[in-house]
Amino acid sequence: MSASAMVEVKSVRKSFGPLEVLRGIDLDVQAGEVTVVLGPSGSGKSTLLRTINHLEKVDSGWISVDGSLVGYRRSGDKLYELREREVLRQRTQIGFVFQNFNLFPHLTVLENVTEAPLSALKRPRDQVAATARRLLDRVGLADKADAYPKQLSGGQQQRVAIARALALEPKLLLFDEPTSALDPELVGEVLDVIKDLAHQGTTMIVVTHEIGFAREVADTVVFMDEGRIVERGTPAEVLDAPREERTRAFLSKVL
Amino acid sequence: MSLTTDPPRGKTAEAPPADDYAQLKVVPVRHPWRWAAIVATAVLVAQFAHGLATNSGWEWEVFAEFFTADVVLKAVWTTLQLTFYGTALGFALGIVLAFMRLSQSRFLRTVAFGYIWAFRSIPLIVQLLFWFNLAYLYKELQFGIPFGPGFFSFDTMGLVGAMSAAVLGLALHQAAYAAEIVRAGVLAVDSGQLEAAAALGIPRLRQIRRIVLPQAMRSILPNAANEVISLFKGTSIVSVMAIGELFYQVQVIYGRNGRVVPLLMVATAWYILLTSALSVLQHYVERHFAKGATR
Repeated sequence: MSASAMVEVKSVRKSFGPLEVLRGIDLDVQAGEVTVVLGPSGSGKSTLLRTINHLEKVDSGWISVDGSLVGYRRSGDKLYELREREVLRQRTQIGFVFQNFNLFPHLTVLENVTEAPLSALKRPRDQVAATARRLLDRVGLADKADAYPKQLSGGQQQRVAIARALALEPKLLLFDEPTSALDPELVGEVLDVIKDLAHQGTTMIVVTHEIGFAREVADTVVFMDEGRIVERGTPAEVLDAPREERTRAFLSKVL
Repeated sequence: MSLTTDPPRGKTAEAPPADDYAQLKVVPVRHPWRWAAIVATAVLVAQFAHGLATNSGWEWEVFAEFFTADVVLKAVWTTLQLTFYGTALGFALGIVLAFMRLSQSRFLRTVAFGYIWAFRSIPLIVQLLFWFNLAYLYKELQFGIPFGPGFFSFDTMGLVGAMSAAVLGLALHQAAYAAEIVRAGVLAVDSGQLEAAAALGIPRLRQIRRIVLPQAMRSILPNAANEVISLFKGTSIVSVMAIGELFYQVQVIYGRNGRVVPLLMVATAWYILLTSALSVLQHYVERHFAKGATR
């Protein structure tokens, strides 16, 4: 257990009915580090990401973010499941960006970004709105503050979703295939925003199929298959000189 | 006479080259039967309007006399009150029942299902008579409803008791239908919306109020408006309990003066007028909740 690990995942298992999707996952992510998770569909990488902010409950093992257990509280030799309110509180520290954006369609772009800081953190409205405008400017959408999500392209919507996650000033950002639902010509603008965040030292875990992005931005690349971490290392190690046959087979298909 | 050898009459000289279709005049398809249908329908409509205007049986002067009579206006007000309280209480309970049916708890789901099953199975008129007689059975009954504590205190008899029984009956009946409408609306909201709200740490109640319900409203509203309108007309059933709502009052008047048709028209005109007003209201409410729905 290293002192500076932002995320620790220990022996995590998770089943959906008879199907075991996570079969004992161990993973450390250091603060300021970018970890890219690769793997074929059905390998459990999205589920792993969703367990880290407790959108999925683990069956066994544990996860901690910045030193505190996710979804549980230790007291003596027992783990108490957190109340929903406490789980929600914990999630404000962990930003999550969905494959399908999941923007709130009935709220304007600005309202999408300000909603959580207002209702979850109870911050003052002026301050929240100012921060939101600054974040929208940062993702290049300052002029879209009053638009509704449907009036934006997919790439713009995903950039709003990133601004929305950043508005809570999370310690950790999780990206679940952030460019998979985008038209090819829109992938770049979203990846540029994520790269920009990476260069500023944001701790993040990115599930993606973009190998080029992994090579350029990742500090660590993790390759998953059938609910296990098969291989883990620097981009040069995993992408250019994979030791495992399954990694080589996967890379030969996607490259 | 064969078509292939028949030359186009008269215009041979200035006919454009055969391959330039853009130069040709376009002749639209004719619809003779559509025109025939229009004429036939117009005749029927004219006959109907003529009948309304000229048949002395309608007794429009009696209609005019009673349409805005005080006693009728008071009855209209009672009808509106029944509709308002029935809708407000019905939908309030309906929302609770809908979320019970969507709950993780099997017990809550079963209770809500049982309620809906029971109240959809009992005809409204039977239910109303039952509640009406309950007021006689018990000396006093108090219902602690959050937004009208004193309202549901039954005396043994009298108009207040009957009115409360009527509102209670309408609201309980309405709640069963409202629950299903609200539940359908909530189910129609993409599950990713709740997931995103949960991932952002938005408090649970706020997730429902700010994220789910406004989106659910889009599919709830058309059905809810149907329900309000049918409840509005359904209040006429309350006439069996001798409550002075519109239909009952009209019956009382024509029982006295024998002018059945014009007085039924008084009731009809009020029902149509107020239903139209509700439809206009529906239009504006729907427009409000359509925010962000168009590009």
